[in-house]
Amino acid sequence: MPAPEKTPGWLERRLPVMSVLRREYIAFPMPRNLNALWSFGAFLMVTMAIMIASGLFLAINYTPDITQAFASVEAIDRQIPSGWFLRSLHMGGVTMLFACLYIHIARSLWYGSYKAPRELLWLTGLGMMLMVMVTAFAGYVLPWGQMSYWGATVVLNAAHTIPLIGKPVSELLLGGETLGNTALHRLFVLHFTMAFAILAVIALHVIALHVVKPNNPSGIDPVSPKQTLPFHPYYTSRDGFALCLFLMVYAGLVFFLPDLLTLADNYVQANPLVTPRDIRPEWYFAPFYAILRAVPSRLGGLLLAVGSLAVLFALPSLDRSPTRPATRRPLVRLSLPLAFLSFILLGVAGMHPPTETWLIVSRMAMAWWFIHFLVVMPLVSEREITS
Amino acid sequence: MSRLIRNFVLAASLAPLLAALPACASTPAQRGLIVFQHVCAACHGMEHVDYGDMAAFGLSPDAIHNWAADQQLPNGTDDNGDPKTRPATPTDPILSPYPNEAVGRLANHGLLPPDLSRLAMTLPGGAEQIRRILLSYAPTPAGVKLDDGRYYNTALKWKHIGMPPPLQDGMLTYPDGTKSTTQQMATDVSAFLNDVAHPHVAERRRIGVYVLAYLVLMAVLTFVLQRRIWKSRP
Repeated sequence: MPAPEKTPGWLERRLPVMSVLRREYIAFPMPRNLNALWSFGAFLMVTMAIMIASGLFLAINYTPDITQAFASVEAIDRQIPSGWFLRSLHMGGVTMLFACLYIHIARSLWYGSYKAPRELLWLTGLGMMLMVMVTAFAGYVLPWGQMSYWGATVVLNAAHTIPLIGKPVSELLLGGETLGNTALHRLFVLHFTMAFAILAVIALHVIALHVVKPNNPSGIDPVSPKQTLPFHPYYTSRDGFALCLFLMVYAGLVFFLPDLLTLADNYVQANPLVTPRDIRPEWYFAPFYAILRAVPSRLGGLLLAVGSLAVLFALPSLDRSPTRPATRRPLVRLSLPLAFLSFILLGVAGMHPPTETWLIVSRMAMAWWFIHFLVVMPLVSEREITS
Repeated sequence: MSRLIRNFVLAASLAPLLAALPACASTPAQRGLIVFQHVCAACHGMEHVDYGDMAAFGLSPDAIHNWAADQQLPNGTDDNGDPKTRPATPTDPILSPYPNEAVGRLANHGLLPPDLSRLAMTLPGGAEQIRRILLSYAPTPAGVKLDDGRYYNTALKWKHIGMPPPLQDGMLTYPDGTKSTTQQMATDVSAFLNDVAHPHVAERRRIGVYVLAYLVLMAVLTFVLQRRIWKSRP
């Protein structure tokens, strides 16, 4: 129903927010054939909002000082009214955020959403993933439990292996050779600041999406208005339903399984003199931790862990084929699921002690991850016959 | 309709009675608190838990106040520089009876009794392992030589522990009449420590049920809405 033409109002003449919202969020043309995987962007947006809101209230009650940090988190869990709820919301939120992030990225890989004209959409998204990782790392140090301290020490030791600059730069940034009060205080500020920086990049990501329009499972952009549906009410109603299902999983984690993904060792206050029996990362960092451990050289491990993400950034230039979805590319349809499987196997390996078997699994999975992106994609895109 | 309303009003008027029930009936965790007060607290503290937090185990405000007031906490120094103390209040933490680590070790053959705030979470095996330890004391077998202050206990890998056997049959009287056997007290106190290590667990589940019910309802409604809208698409 076209809105009746009328003279623009006071606000409209000065700042056309209403017409922009109408154009971008009501009338915005969406492909008709999007599947459920296209709802994960909305999940991410909602989770980010919950993270920032709960994080603000946690920050009000948290003390960034190594003598008081652990006790202040205990007080949030025990004495602060509804503190247990805020903290679970924040801790469960990290899991939901990373799970959605990985699925969102996997969807882009599967349907070729990183290809022209969506390269910047892809790159801003990956940049955001890195920012989320840095934020999550800093945030995990804040409770100052044993895993906070020793997990961060593993990362710090890896950073120290960067020749020449590794040690001096990390000492400069964290105020000492090992983690101490200065480091904790700075990581708190970093955690806080990054969260808002991510908001800014979300804006860029969404603007880029609205310029190039969403990809769709067929990989062929709609050309006529008949092939599209307005965002509202079609996708608002669908995302609304999907969001209810998403929140049910989230609520299950917060209210019924709060210990499922947390490591009990982190409820012991950090003690630099006692190393835990096995240092395990949170599940979302496990694939990269597995790569760190799978390489005999520390610097090599660091380079490959960083490289495993770098290949994603390079993907728009590694995969030159104009065909987007893997469903229409027979070889990619085989190779990409194996790369997904490799990522999952690396994650499982990263959460187990580094026995011979898990090291072999990590090495093979890691090898396939790189082969898929550096060998299969460039070769296939040169000579494939798409269906 | 009026019958429905009448029944609802009736049910609602009975609700306070139901809510009052847990206060007189005692749960294992509530009995476990009594074991903690009379036995564990002689050596252990729960430094992150306040006396007031014990309201979760059905302890009345008066009982909390009296228990706290029995404990003395350091309170600076007087005009002569001598240390002063004050009675604890419900917002003070349940500290170990030892003023510092050195005294705690001195009193226990060099070993420090661990803090119990999160023990049921951080001890491998959890609350069940606490129960097993409490029930696995045995006479030292012939041929086994233990150091002073070590007690034979089969629940541990090294078969000994620094804690003397803390429980004896009938050492305390439960107000609800439950017989205080060693078995009973071990079960109760491990249930108590499990709840202490997982604060607000009952409230968490109770609210969770409402949240999930609400989300299920919303999911059904949004599903129907979504189906209707998509059916009418051009």
